[in-house]
Amino acid sequence: MKIDFQHYQSAHCENGVTSNLLKFYGINLSEPMIFGIGSGYFFSHMPFIKLNGMAVTSFRVWPGWIFKRVTHRLGIKVRRYKFRNHALAMKELDGLIEKGIPVGLLVGVFHLPYFPTEYRFHFNAHNIAAIGQENGTYWVSDPVMENIETLSYDELVKVRFAKGTHPPKGRMYYITNVPVQIDIKSAILSGIRKTAKDMLTIPIPMFGIKGIRYLAKRMRTWPRKYGAKLATHNLGQVIRMLEEIGTGGAGFRFIYAAFLQESAGVLDKQWLKDVSAEMTAVGDLWRQFAVHAARYFKNRDKGLTSYDSLADMLLNIADREEHIFLQLRRISR
Amino acid sequence: MKINEVPQDKGYLIKGKISDLNYAVDQNGVYTSTQSQGWQPKNEALTMAWDVVYERAEHARQQIMAGVLSPVAFYMELNIMDVNILASYTGISKWKVRRHLKMKVFRKLRPEILEKYAGVFNLSPDELTDINIIIETELKHEN
Repeated sequence: MKIDFQHYQSAHCENGVTSNLLKFYGINLSEPMIFGIGSGYFFSHMPFIKLNGMAVTSFRVWPGWIFKRVTHRLGIKVRRYKFRNHALAMKELDGLIEKGIPVGLLVGVFHLPYFPTEYRFHFNAHNIAAIGQENGTYWVSDPVMENIETLSYDELVKVRFAKGTHPPKGRMYYITNVPVQIDIKSAILSGIRKTAKDMLTIPIPMFGIKGIRYLAKRMRTWPRKYGAKLATHNLGQVIRMLEEIGTGGAGFRFIYAAFLQESAGVLDKQWLKDVSAEMTAVGDLWRQFAVHAARYFKNRDKGLTSYDSLADMLLNIADREEHIFLQLRRISR
Repeated sequence: MKINEVPQDKGYLIKGKISDLNYAVDQNGVYTSTQSQGWQPKNEALTMAWDVVYERAEHARQQIMAGVLSPVAFYMELNIMDVNILASYTGISKWKVRRHLKMKVFRKLRPEILEKYAGVFNLSPDELTDINIIIETELKHEN
């Protein structure tokens, strides 16, 4: 059976799945709205969590949190599962699809056959929605793809039970109940407040604005610590995290700016438009940072060692983001 | 970013199938979204990441031809895995996987074990043990 499900492409996978699932239940929210209400905006640089043997830099909250927060703030009831048993995970999924319920799945991208080979890393926080099944072929709505794709039973098992950093363990989630009326305004306010709080006040140097400064500080030591070549690899990892499919860091800043702009209308607060413009400028700075960083890749073996200028760019970005969230923190009804 | 600045630098994305959705402002400063075919800095970061993988695989290949490392080491690198990931995919313990990276140990492996590794690498057991395939594998980008 194939559920009649509208597939819309999005910039980021979890926004996309959440937005598409909500649209299926008649709640029409744009991707930026989902991202903002779900407080998806974040920054963290965690040297102790490794991907490809290098520190993880992330430009958004943990996978799953956007969906969790959006549904919570809108009063939508959901169920979520994780599994040990592969066959059971698939059986439960089949049962839900048979009932006409689209199901969000957390998957690893490495074994996704429809992804370009070059994008297949052991990245285990991708979201797709399963929207149909027939004779062991599954239709999935992957928000970064332009169209609906298919996966075989074995392929789906493989991606749901991918291994590596943060294995998805067959996680799935779906909506069980949607309230008649939703309070979009207070959801937006909670979303903004939470993001501002997390960006400004977490007392650990790895997160929020402090995290950006922390990355800047560490970056200055890379050439000495790792040598020219490994330093460039670390930089490359940051850029990939910044601009990877479904994670886009500079992209997130633009999505958030779009959210602030849309919210300015919904909440009737014109000053949010100015903050949105500031956020756009920050997004452009992140892009500039990527452009500069990319110059190092080309000369990676020649031992260019001035990571200081890149770190300075990051410090500038940190100051500007701080200014934005100091304003947003004071938002009221 | 303005809508006319959305990059269209062809890289690894496939037109009509997969693209990046970018949010950007139009002439009036209003946000809209549009598809991007890729962006140069991102493409270069990706190219570099794969160069690293190929470099490591090449190193493993040299060691295999010298009779030190086993094909498992080569395919592990090619699949961007490390001993941790490979161990959890195969269900073989890490210290055993580390031993299996050596040619001397690999030669004596039971067929069941070979099959496990071959399955993870999407190969048949015969393909896994065939050194010629490794020698002939081209380590470079498609485009």
